[in-house]
This record gives sequence, C-alpha cells and structure tokens, in this order.
Amino acid sequence: MKHLTLSVLLLILLLIGIASLFVGASTLSAQQIIDTLLHSGEYDFIVNQYRLPRLLLAIGVGAGLGLSGSLIQGVIRNPLASPDLMGISAGAGLAATSLLVFYAAAPVYLLLLTALSGGLIAAAIILLIAYKTKPTPIRLALIGIAISTFLSSGIDFLIIVNPVEMNTAMVWLTGSLWGRNWTQVPIIWATLAVVLPFAFWLAWRLDVMGLGEDCATSLGIRPSKLQLIALLTAVILASISVAVAGTIAFIGLLAPHLARMLFGHDHKLLIPASALLGALMLIIADTLARGLQPPLELPAGVLTSLIGAPYFIFLLQRYKAW
Amino acid sequence: MISTDNLTVSYGDKTIINDLSLALPKGKITALIGPNGCGKSTLLKALARINKASAGQVLLNDQPLQTFADKQLAQQLSLLPQILTTPEGVTVQRLVEYGRSPYISHWGKLSGQDKQIVEQAMQETQVSEFATQTASSLSGGQRQRAWIAMVLAQDTEVVMLDEPTTYLDLSHQIELMKLMQAMKAKGKTVIVVLHDLNQACRYCDHLVVMKQGEVVAEGEPKAVFTEQLLQDVFSLAAKVVPDPIANTPMCVAY
Repeated sequence: MKHLTLSVLLLILLLIGIASLFVGASTLSAQQIIDTLLHSGEYDFIVNQYRLPRLLLAIGVGAGLGLSGSLIQGVIRNPLASPDLMGISAGAGLAATSLLVFYAAAPVYLLLLTALSGGLIAAAIILLIAYKTKPTPIRLALIGIAISTFLSSGIDFLIIVNPVEMNTAMVWLTGSLWGRNWTQVPIIWATLAVVLPFAFWLAWRLDVMGLGEDCATSLGIRPSKLQLIALLTAVILASISVAVAGTIAFIGLLAPHLARMLFGHDHKLLIPASALLGALMLIIADTLARGLQPPLELPAGVLTSLIGAPYFIFLLQRYKAW
Repeated sequence: MISTDNLTVSYGDKTIINDLSLALPKGKITALIGPNGCGKSTLLKALARINKASAGQVLLNDQPLQTFADKQLAQQLSLLPQILTTPEGVTVQRLVEYGRSPYISHWGKLSGQDKQIVEQAMQETQVSEFATQTASSLSGGQRQRAWIAMVLAQDTEVVMLDEPTTYLDLSHQIELMKLMQAMKAKGKTVIVVLHDLNQACRYCDHLVVMKQGEVVAEGEPKAVFTEQLLQDVFSLAAKVVPDPIANTPMCVAY
C-alpha cells in the first residue's frame, strides 16, 4: 500500500515535471516541445537550455533539501529541526556570498567548497551549543533561528556594503532557479548519487536510534558515530543545494513532515519519500514562480516560505512544553 | 563469563563505583540488589559498555570489553534498560526485529533465519497475537513483554535486564522469572536488577548486594540473605524465613 503511494507520488512528479515545460513567458504547443526535445531547432534555447535544466535542477535541489531535513529530524529526534531552521543554509549562504563579494569570478568548485565549509561551521556551532545546554526541541529551534538570523544579517551587511558586486548574488540568495543552466545540474545530481547509499545505510539505524541511546548501543549501534555520519550527510546535501540554488526555505522542514504523515516513521520509506516530496514541492513552487505573472519571475524560495512559514507556526503551536 | 577488574565509574567528578573487582558466574542468574541510588544500574550499564570505565576494565570471557567491535559485542551481550522509549508507530513485530540489528546486512534486510528467531521470541513471550499492533498501543505489561522479546531475538550469551518487572503485575512478574530460568536452561548468563528481594532469592542463583557503590556481599541467596544484611544495607528490620514452596530465604518486614 505504501509502496503504491510512493509510485503515485513518482507519477505525479513526472506529470508536473512535464507540465512545467509548458509554463513560461512564451507559450509552446506539445508538438513544438516534443520536437524540440528530440531534434532541438527553433525553440532549443527556451526548452533545452532553459526550462529542462531548470526542471532537473528543481528536482535535484528539492530532493536534496527533503533528504537533508529527514536525516536531521531523524538523528536529532526533533520535529522542529531542519537545515534552514538550524542555520546550516544561512551558514552556507554567508560563506558563498563572502566568496562572491571578494572573488566574483570564483570557479564553481570553489563556490561548492566554500558553501560546504560555511554549512559545516554553522552546524558545528549549533551542535556545540546543543551539547552544552541540552535544550528541549523547541529551544533548539529557537537557538537555530537565532543563529540563522545572525548569519543572514551578515549576508545583508555584505549586500549593503557591496551593492555593485551583489547584483547577481541577490537573485541567487533569494533561492531562485532563474538564470541557472546545465552547469549546476550535474553537481546536485552527482551529490545525490553519492549520498543516497549513505542515506539508505542510515535508515535502519535511525529507526533503532528511536529506541533511545542506551538501547541502540546495546544493539551494536554507536550513537555518536551514527549522529556524525547522518549530520555530515545532511549538511553536505543542504550546503550543495544552497551553492547551486541559493537558500530555499522550509522544504527541508516540510517535506519530511509530509512524508511522515503519509508513510509513518519507518526511515526506509521516509527517506525516499522526503526526497520525492521535496522535489515535488520545489517544481511546483518554481513552476508557479515562473507562470503566475509571465514574463515576471518570482523566486521559488519566496513561494516555499509563503507555505512554509504558516506551517512552522502551526508546528510551534502544537508544542505546549515551553 | 563477565567480570570487572578494579572498575571505577564516574559521572563528571562524582564517583559512583569505586575500584570494584567482581566475577559473575557463567550460565547462572545473578541478581543485583541494593537500595535506590546504590549504583546497581550504573554497574549494569558499565558491564554493557554503555557507561565508560574511568579506570579499570570489564572483561567478557577474559577479553577486555573495549577490544570488541560494536556489532561483535552486541552479538554476545544485551541490555534492556530500565527506562524504555517506545517509538510511535512501531509494530510489535518491528520492535522485536530490531533485536536482530547486530546480525543484519548493511541495508537492514532480515534473512529467513532472522525472521524465524523473531517469530520464536514473540511466541516465548506470548506477544505473537499483537505482532501487527503498534507497541505503544499495548498495556504496560504486554509492552514490557514485547521488549523482552526484542532482547530474546538478540540471542546473546549474556542477557542483562534493568528492573524488568517494574510495569508488570504479579503473574507477569512470575512469568518473567520463569523466562529468565528458561534462558538459563539454554546456557545463557542472566544478570538482573531486581527490587523484589524475595523474587531475587527464589529465582536467582547468585546475589550481588550493593550499597553506596560497593559490593557488601555476594554469593548464593541462602548464604548471603540474612536479617543482619537487611538491617545493614536497607536499614530494614525484618525476619528471614524459608520460602514455604522453594525453601529459599524470604523476608517479612516488621
């Protein structure tokens, strides 16, 4: 039954993906799109160089954020945890912005490494605080938001001080898929390909961690080692996503929640479902961003926040233990 | 056989167990008894390598515990903690399957043999009928038995249980005692923290009596369990008489 739901989701993803190729400033017929996909031609730029890479990027980035969120929530055992709420995305964003300010022509690999270091440092800071203060779930979320806001203010500072250099970075930072092309597509997909086996290796072990640390230890799983691997995987996914698409908020929080609602708590289903739902959310957001008011473009990150923020408030409300 | 060699366990700068050397008999049921806060649970967790030794070491079959790989140790030694977190949405069957964690492949796939062992563990603890229900929906006693089934499925030479009778009514407590004896009959070494002293005397072969982190007495219940001991360790004035059925010592408080 649950596998059927998973297949249906995959089908929906496929259909919306195809539909998204039709949406944009110029209206093309199905025949024109199929012809272009197969033989390129007159609309090559619009379809093959613009809409198709953007679709593949949205799927990859959405899946990466969903996966990252499900791993973080699984290992921290905190439904309010996610890469953006814990400052990981902002850390990667600040690092990458700094790089673009000081070295605008930075090669892609350098941007990736910088974003990754930023994400890792932010994660290390919040984990250190969490280790020292042993916060409740809600307090951890508050600490994460504080760090996230602090890092974002760093980004704002850079933008104000360096207005000229920041033109391109601005668009990128709001989490838009505008102006992306084939260069970013292999980066996120290669990351996913490397990380997915780790995620599936973690699945059973994360389930066992749900029994508590003592039980997990007794069952041959070392909690500290597992937590490190899971968090590292999650930070890599979130940071690379930021490096290719900017900070797209709330998918890392929402996708795992939706996945848990549909599939329960079994990580073997939860992990692929979170990836699938994250991808689905981002292509819907990006298609809407492009199609609501063409040729005007909204950043997809604005749309995900529009849905994500109210949901986060709803989640906070359900938490009575302040 | 499991033993400790000048073992010291501390939390921060507070020493709970100080320089303890102890050897627990193989293939027997050992009960750790003592007043609250005497260090029973701390010792049990140290024996299972959950608590790190700050000095000295624990030996399993004469091999230091820290030389075992995680999975390897979990195939020989299991511990059911006192406080159990039953995760939401996990069925009894799945809970018992977690017991097979030290044996399964990288991807968490159970073999036919694993499934058979899980099945048998559920039968022995009489939870088979709840297999498809979520563990959190069961009554306290049923849930405790499901957890015991998980430990059985782990199929280790040494089984440690930290106050396993806490949530059980009397008849299920006795059932659990018999389950421990069945484990012993299969050649397993059972180490259990118990609060009911009469049950400890009746169903266990060896008592380890603790007070303030030290072992004050150990040995067969008949040799160890005296009115003087109850006075010294528990500050309890009691009469010790033979159990009318098993003839083991039994205490009745004044």
